[in-house]
Amino acid sequence: MAMRKPAQPTTSRSRAWRWFHRFGSPAYFYFFAGRWAPRFGHLAVAFFLAGLYFGLVVAPPDYQMGDSYRIIFIHVPSAWMSMFIYVVMAVSAGIGLVWRIKLSHAVARSCAPVGAAFTFCALVTGALWGKPTWGTYWIWDARLTSELVLLFLYVGYMALLAALDDWKTGSRAGAVLALVGLVNIPIIHYSVEWWNTLHQGATITKLGRPSIDIRMLVPLLIMFAAVNFYFLAAMLNRVRCELLDQERRTRWVQEVVNG
Amino acid sequence: MAEFFEMGGHGFFIWTSYAVTALVLLHGYLAPVLRRKNLIRQLGSPDRGPGTK
Repeated sequence: MAMRKPAQPTTSRSRAWRWFHRFGSPAYFYFFAGRWAPRFGHLAVAFFLAGLYFGLVVAPPDYQMGDSYRIIFIHVPSAWMSMFIYVVMAVSAGIGLVWRIKLSHAVARSCAPVGAAFTFCALVTGALWGKPTWGTYWIWDARLTSELVLLFLYVGYMALLAALDDWKTGSRAGAVLALVGLVNIPIIHYSVEWWNTLHQGATITKLGRPSIDIRMLVPLLIMFAAVNFYFLAAMLNRVRCELLDQERRTRWVQEVVNG
Repeated sequence: MAEFFEMGGHGFFIWTSYAVTALVLLHGYLAPVLRRKNLIRQLGSPDRGPGTK
């Protein structure tokens, strides 16, 4: 008896679905990340160098703060990334929690150290900017305190993952923590509006009258591109480690290991 | 040149900021690269896995 093969639907939806499945497979993503992480790394280096040149050499001193404002070129991109990476981490962890996708958990786990590094940089550069500008390294102001809470959220998330031996249990518990901590993000963002803080308001998104010189805006935007490329490179490298470690019993990892 | 490094008297704050950020980001990039190499070496020798010397 001849079996009739069921017709394969070739709608764009099923094609997208197949792509999604292939992309989500750890083996495929491991090699994909291996190709793209160095590319993003090179782009980050190029943009960092250009940003440093335009920010430290070309841009003029600020009429109020003199040269100390040049910390903005690393402080604002770091602070932005600290929040952006947290959202990426929480959303990815949430997807992993609901649909039980290993790759989503791996991405979330890999975001945390990168986000924590940017949060640390934002706090340190902010302190070093605060001293010559406000006369103090630290003040328990709403913006600064909520950013410090963000660092504790990252550290807490990583500590939780480290404490739970089982990768899946750890990922799921971490996802809950990451999602709860999401409430801190709008608090950081609006802290300069909701409370009367020492920290100044938005620099770039301020609409209406231009509030920043074009020679200062260009290096700032270049540095924004640089930190985003850096995040992609560093995060993908970490995802590769997570996948190798978690899939160590599979054939593709054995093939990677045996060259 | 010396004027450039002085940054109008704010040199210490600016250069410390940039140095700390550079070191943190460099470490954040290199750590997983080295970890992956170690992991591959470790997985390649099953009788010398983690926990054994």
